[in-house]
Amino acid sequence: MEILRQGKGAPPGRIVARSRVPVSLIAASGYLGRMMTLPPALSRWFAAKGWTLHPHQQEMLARAADPATLLIAPTGGGKTLAGFLPTLAELGETPPAGLHTLYVSPLKALTADIRRNLGTPIDGAGLKIRVEDRTGDTSYTQRRRQRADPPHILLTTPESLALLLSYEDAPRIFQGLQRVVIDEIHALAESKRGDQLVLQIARLQSLNPGLRRIGLSATVENPAALARFLAPRTTILAADPGPDPDISMLETDEAPPWSGGGGRYAIPAILNQIARHRTTLIFHNTRAQAELFFHDLWLANTEDLPIGIHHGSLSREQRERVEQAMTAGALRAVVCTGSLDLGIDWGDVDLVIQVGAPRNVKRLVQRIGRANHRYNAPSKALLVPANRFEVVECQAALDAVRAHALDGEPRGPGPRDVLCQHILATACAGPFDADALYAEVTTAGPYAHLSRADFDACLDFVATGGYALKAYDRWQRLKKTGGKWHLRDPRAATLIRQNLGTIIDIETLKVRLRNHGTPLGEVEESFAATLTPGDTFLIGGQIVRYEGLREMTVEVSRSPGRDPKVAVFNGTKFATSTLLADRILDIFQRDSWPDLPAHTSWWLAKQREVSRLPDPHSLLLESFPHDGREHLVIYGFAGRNAQQTLGLLVTKQMEQQGLGPLGFVATDYATLIWGLDPVTDPAPLFDLATLRNGLDTWLAGNAVMKRTFRSTAIIAGLIERSHQGRRKTGRQATFSTDILYDTLRRYDPDHLLLQITREEALRGLIDFSRIEAMLARIQGRIDLRRLSRVTPLAAPLFFEPGRIPVHGEGRDRLASAQAQALMEAAGLA
Amino acid sequence: MPQARRWGIQHPMHHALFFHGETLHLMPSGALFWPARKLLTVSDLHLGKSERLARRGGTLLPPYETQATLEKLDRDLEATGAETVICLGDSFDDLAAFDRIEDSARLWLARLMAGRDWTWITGNHDPGPIEIGGTHRAEVHLAPFTFRHIAKPQETAEISGHYHPKARLAGQSKPCFLADRNRLILPAYGVYTGGLRSHDATLTALMDRDALAILTGPRALAIPMPR
Repeated sequence: MEILRQGKGAPPGRIVARSRVPVSLIAASGYLGRMMTLPPALSRWFAAKGWTLHPHQQEMLARAADPATLLIAPTGGGKTLAGFLPTLAELGETPPAGLHTLYVSPLKALTADIRRNLGTPIDGAGLKIRVEDRTGDTSYTQRRRQRADPPHILLTTPESLALLLSYEDAPRIFQGLQRVVIDEIHALAESKRGDQLVLQIARLQSLNPGLRRIGLSATVENPAALARFLAPRTTILAADPGPDPDISMLETDEAPPWSGGGGRYAIPAILNQIARHRTTLIFHNTRAQAELFFHDLWLANTEDLPIGIHHGSLSREQRERVEQAMTAGALRAVVCTGSLDLGIDWGDVDLVIQVGAPRNVKRLVQRIGRANHRYNAPSKALLVPANRFEVVECQAALDAVRAHALDGEPRGPGPRDVLCQHILATACAGPFDADALYAEVTTAGPYAHLSRADFDACLDFVATGGYALKAYDRWQRLKKTGGKWHLRDPRAATLIRQNLGTIIDIETLKVRLRNHGTPLGEVEESFAATLTPGDTFLIGGQIVRYEGLREMTVEVSRSPGRDPKVAVFNGTKFATSTLLADRILDIFQRDSWPDLPAHTSWWLAKQREVSRLPDPHSLLLESFPHDGREHLVIYGFAGRNAQQTLGLLVTKQMEQQGLGPLGFVATDYATLIWGLDPVTDPAPLFDLATLRNGLDTWLAGNAVMKRTFRSTAIIAGLIERSHQGRRKTGRQATFSTDILYDTLRRYDPDHLLLQITREEALRGLIDFSRIEAMLARIQGRIDLRRLSRVTPLAAPLFFEPGRIPVHGEGRDRLASAQAQALMEAAGLA
Repeated sequence: MPQARRWGIQHPMHHALFFHGETLHLMPSGALFWPARKLLTVSDLHLGKSERLARRGGTLLPPYETQATLEKLDRDLEATGAETVICLGDSFDDLAAFDRIEDSARLWLARLMAGRDWTWITGNHDPGPIEIGGTHRAEVHLAPFTFRHIAKPQETAEISGHYHPKARLAGQSKPCFLADRNRLILPAYGVYTGGLRSHDATLTALMDRDALAILTGPRALAIPMPR
């Protein structure tokens, strides 16, 4: 933690209150006089090191009594220490026993790092303060001891906190808790982990009414919203944001390809940059792309620069080795993914390279901040568009970063599946009163507007399953005795605790080297299912050969020197944000593009000549024949998920109009549909009511819904998550949640979990709100251009992977033909 | 199949299998129909599964699977006009399951059994007879076939269940029949049942190299058994 810097040389700090918010804002000065004082030993130690506090750190001390504070400070600004200063001041040199401060971070790695870094001043000053971390990696004995004798400062994650709060002795463990510090609060707020966390904090506040909250963040697009998320009354403290980053697009000799991702064309230029910097982080959007890139980078690395790879699919041992090498300064570059978006400070990083369009400005800013963790030194970053379209997106992102524009979707209300889990966890800790719990839950920001009826529905689901047919009267999970709800069978608590948490892993299988047993990492189960022995794929930067599946482990052998046949496993797909999409459309409206590389401005000019460029005020459609099929391109700029939904809904309409759509493919910008007949009357296809109607009927049986249902069912506690180690094999394996979904839909269509699933899918993977926003933007102005052939802007879409066939009768015909061919090939027909 | 519709031809949705001199219909639902004997066979209904899970573990799965399974069975009996029914075992998820299924389901089952020659073969989940009527047997010999719950490796002309076989075609995994010259294994008919992939060693050891997998779904489709 590069928390304190020498005061000399640094420009005078400013406290900037930047937001227009209905919460109490602080003045720039006036509190310093009444500030809490640090223990003299600590002050002496700071002085001996020649360190002084930053203004925002002093302000945190001054505001120590505030019930809640949100500190927005740049990376490297000593924000974590700022969060702990009030704690150190309150604890003093010889504090009494008992838990004083709880620190929650989204990453396990961060808690360990903070423990080490906080230990430096505490040990240096000889303070008798105990700091311990508690995560899934903490040993059983350590965890037991922590429950019996908690440290002064406990560092943990929302999941470990949920577990701790579910114990019967939670009130004793948390007795006397004074403060909770939430690090990288914006990252937690982006997911259900944040909803879970604020419910837990509401619980802690009930146990300790005097509890004070601190949220820490570097990148916040809407401070007021985040402040409300943290607590009902929150002070926002914004530190000097520091100098603007030094960012640009990487110049390469070779133009980026027309389509695809990975940015491998830029490898020579990237190697050159690595050689010219101390340490470079190379971010990719997906693990698969990181693997492919790393492989090729390694082949081109003739100077043998030490370069590592780091992503969430690699085994923990592998990741730790890279982290250690990085900390020791032994690596010149690390190819990585979101696994390094947040986290431990590597002070030596002096360049960040983002490969592929950033999709979202906030994440880009976060990544840029990974370079140069030094206060008041600009971060240096380069963007590498992976294809021609991304050149424009990268330009839009550069403009946005320079304009300090951040994106982010507004938070929806607190999800009810998380509430169901919270109720279950509360029951594990002991009997509870429904009225009191409802009152407590509604103090949490995301649940402030939760109705009593919705709360009761969640309670009913947890207690009885919430089925229209009360078949389980005998087997309720919760029972009410003497006005209080409690577990029917206290032994169920163990099982419930195992299922706490809101992170739903995609089912993965471990990959091991045959005969060595060395774990290499994990692949998604759906990817493993497509492998046949002899197939080669990339993992951990090496090519391996698939040998077989054994006891839920993918066995592979090394296969050097062969081109990987199968090279992809799915990663998370982020949709391009509205902010970026709007900025791209704005760029299209310019007369010329001197900022863009020549190859891209030429391409855009060509499109303008042949057809036209999309604009913000209408929906451009292009229709043309190609390769014996009719094609329709919808330039909706609504992000990948919404463009995909649009593809499904529009092809459905086309099917009804008898146009014979055969398939489609979607990107963040456009949907390409191919079929038998051309579209001539597009207006009915984009009628909001029709689309919504189609959505309702189509949605129900859709795979996205089933995937969403699975997460919801696990979080709400309907089914257990399958733990890697104890997953059953064979016939009695858990049946698929798809079947549960179908059954519920048929017999209990208004079931709580189906309601939640619909809400989630519309917000998330289906992203219908962005289709609605797009339709609102165009106001019925649809411009259909009939052209004789493929246009420059449409051409790259033909190389896009992830083509989706249109389901219909044709599907059965296809399967029959395939079965027939298999039988004939086997000589059986 | 627009072509077929135009000519008024109804393509059979089942797969017809010629097995030891008899024609058997492998139905898309996972049931087996033997037209010559008007006999319908189903395996591994696992009725009362959600109830058993609730009783044992506190997991409250949607309690509709008994209803869903019976609806399916009702439709198949109606469509085939079967007069004889053999349930190949694991019909109830455990012995207690029958006692605890809802009265409506019990009455429904009684209605399906009425007027039919109905045999319950003992499975490994529901050992021993239960209070439901019908005939209870360990196995049934009905020339040329033997019906039993778990296949015996040396037997021939055998029809069994137990393994819940599944296979994958065109990216989708579905419950399937497995058939070779000696035996026919039925998929699990119950709605909440997991499956064992056909390339599991247990099944590849049991089935001949040229075995077929007949997938359930909108229509029964035969493919060489994936191994």
